[in-house]
Amino acid sequence: MKKTLIPLAIFGVLLVFLAIGLTRDPKEIPSPLIGKPAPVFTAPVLNGQGAVFRSKDMLGKVWLLNTWASWCVACRYEHPILVEFAKSKTIPMVGLDYKDQDAAGIQWLSRYGNPYDVTVTDKDGRIGIDFGVYGVPESFLIDQAGVIRYKQIGPFTEEVIKDTLIPLIRELQP
Amino acid sequence: MIPEIGHFALILALGVSLSLGLIATVGGQHNRADWMAFARPGAQALWFLTMLSFGCLTYAFFTNDFSVVYVAQHSNSKLPDMYRIAGVWGGHEGSLLLWQLMLSSWMLAVSLFSRQLPAVMVSRVLGVLGLVSVGFLLFMLITSNPFLRLSEIPEDGRDLNPLLQDPGLVFHPPLLYMGYVGMAIPFAFAIAALLNGRLDAAWARWSRPWATAAWIFLTLGIALGSWWAYYELGWGGWWFWDPVENASFLPWLVCTALIHSLAVTEKRGLFRNWTIILAITSFALSLLGTFLVRSGVLTSVHAFATDPTRGVFILLFLAVVVGGSLLLYALRASKVRAGGSFALVSRETFLLINNVLLATAAASVLLGTLYPLLVDALNLGKLSVGPPYFNAVFAPIMMVVMLFMVIGSYARWKNDSAAELVKKLRPVAIASVLLGCSLPLLAGKWHALVAMGLTLSFWIILASVVQIYRHLKDKGPGQVTPLSYWGMHIAHMGIAICVIGVTMVEGYEAERDVRMGMGDTVTVSGYTFKLTDMGERLGPNYKAVVATIELTQNGKMITTLHPEKRTYLSSTMPMTEAAIHSRLSGDVYVSLGEKLDDSTAPAWAMRVYHKPFVTWIWFGCLIMALGGTIATLDRRYRKKLPRTNTPPAQPTDHPPGVTRRVNV
Repeated sequence: MKKTLIPLAIFGVLLVFLAIGLTRDPKEIPSPLIGKPAPVFTAPVLNGQGAVFRSKDMLGKVWLLNTWASWCVACRYEHPILVEFAKSKTIPMVGLDYKDQDAAGIQWLSRYGNPYDVTVTDKDGRIGIDFGVYGVPESFLIDQAGVIRYKQIGPFTEEVIKDTLIPLIRELQP
Repeated sequence: MIPEIGHFALILALGVSLSLGLIATVGGQHNRADWMAFARPGAQALWFLTMLSFGCLTYAFFTNDFSVVYVAQHSNSKLPDMYRIAGVWGGHEGSLLLWQLMLSSWMLAVSLFSRQLPAVMVSRVLGVLGLVSVGFLLFMLITSNPFLRLSEIPEDGRDLNPLLQDPGLVFHPPLLYMGYVGMAIPFAFAIAALLNGRLDAAWARWSRPWATAAWIFLTLGIALGSWWAYYELGWGGWWFWDPVENASFLPWLVCTALIHSLAVTEKRGLFRNWTIILAITSFALSLLGTFLVRSGVLTSVHAFATDPTRGVFILLFLAVVVGGSLLLYALRASKVRAGGSFALVSRETFLLINNVLLATAAASVLLGTLYPLLVDALNLGKLSVGPPYFNAVFAPIMMVVMLFMVIGSYARWKNDSAAELVKKLRPVAIASVLLGCSLPLLAGKWHALVAMGLTLSFWIILASVVQIYRHLKDKGPGQVTPLSYWGMHIAHMGIAICVIGVTMVEGYEAERDVRMGMGDTVTVSGYTFKLTDMGERLGPNYKAVVATIELTQNGKMITTLHPEKRTYLSSTMPMTEAAIHSRLSGDVYVSLGEKLDDSTAPAWAMRVYHKPFVTWIWFGCLIMALGGTIATLDRRYRKKLPRTNTPPAQPTDHPPGVTRRVNV
């Protein structure tokens, strides 16, 4: 009698797990970087004639790092929204031209507008790797202490900027 | 009006299946002939009503009746006719209706092809299936009614998901569902046998052809799905260990074990409890698959639309059906006395080993599939389990399975001598190792995994060929080889062919991502691709960019390929239509990517592959299904039940000695 109850018992355990599983959303994958210090990097400025950008210089400011590339279709969708957001001068914005050719990046910014205070190049994608970027566009909101507070996967929409990003910036800025 | 008829037919079907479930099972329990007589006509009425309902939904699709929510969401006036029919099962509600249609079709088949079964058995089997059908009909009527109307009729429908607009997808769901739902039949036989309290050889014999038939459909359904993913998704992969793929693969693994376990139960009266558990498990896994696909508990490329309330319903259904069956098993199985004995070296042992291995393989795939869910439920974080886990766990188990498969088919029932087996199999083993290890050298690069896969494949093929040859030579005049003997060997060789395809493609495939401008060339595995033209083309409900690529090998023109990038009017997501040049020795595969605007001359991202022997994967599955079909046609299954008071009649074409010599 006892032995034949084993399958029923196993099935019972499985059912409990499935029931718990129903209450969760598998699509919410939090970034492991949120709440952690942003990777420190130094990179050449796009069209900067040898100038170099140091992420350390941004300490004390709340700023947005936006990864993009001229070959990225979703970035083209996101770009006008960022250009509009930049006009409000809410926070400094740094662009990271990810795995791109300089000439193409410069041409792209002159054609579609430049929302960035500064754009740096990441030709071999090394900075992108440090930030765990697996597709552009991705954006990171970094606070005064250099800690990542928010990560946007995929393009920003007007709603996300209005309902999520701006309230978060208000919270962080004294 | 027509959709209301369909809806009404579904409600009637619920009534019929409920009464079938009650009257036939209770009738069987009390041995009431008049109650049991309801089973067959009840099942047939259920099929008729389900078919009527299905016909009404098809009609709504055909006439573009966008007042029906489901039609408005999954069709469009520009959709070609073929996809309007496929649209019926293009979404959740319709696929459930298809599911129910398949279930009632299996029931119809049981009611028609069960003349040799005793009335009690038929009654109980159909009764159990009637109860299963109650669950599905309730599910549909409560949470997923395909006949709901819209108050405001939209001008046009939202169109079928472009991914599903493909000939492969017209047949993939019906075949797969036929297999999935088919698992309900051996399950019902197992429950009927438990209710009977008699788990005898007869039950196993009745159940065998049904289990094999369901297995055939499942094999074909999985193969077609894999083939579809290969040419439609444009990633060049043929298996992704996606939760939904696993959901169809799990019942397949367990059903394969079940088929073999049923053989032992029929021939030797052994492994009865094990067979019952396998029958219940394979159906439970089919239901679990439905739960995983429909509830959205796991992320998957297949999860097109999910809804948690549906998940709750399926979970409850799963709990009642499987929990109930396992409880019945716990109460009844302990009363089953053990069968006869067998020696360590015997066919029974080898079949048991492979059974356990297949069950282990299924358990490890299940663990990998559910692991993200388990970890999440225990609040340990979110993660996903990828192909590396599955490949690492699954491949070694299957290698051992392939090894024992041959030994099992050579060994005699009950008792065999190890020395004898070694003597018989040594030449086959030597030949297959030699062939398997030397052939990869011809490819230029020796690959241990390929050598292993080829050796095991030759091991199976050569062993089967030698055994068939010996059998035909020793066969006396007038002796007829049973079809199930041929079926077994053909199916085993199908596995070998499939494995050849898998190992060759994993070992020698070549892939390149390139940027191509007009006139550019790229060479992969000796094939040269040249982009000669880019054009545009208008389809019925999409527009496409078409590339023209000249394919040459050693300067000789082979063919022109036309990969496409389609934009469907109904969606913004572009779809890749890969161009494939298929040969027995391998496929050349081109998929067209984005247009690259970063320079002055127009250029496109292009992905080219060479996939050696890839078609053998699906070809092998076809052969497996063919083997299964031949085995089910064995006349033994259609034999009339011998009356208990008259001596069992010997079939004229099977002299007693034959079945013993021809081990099936």
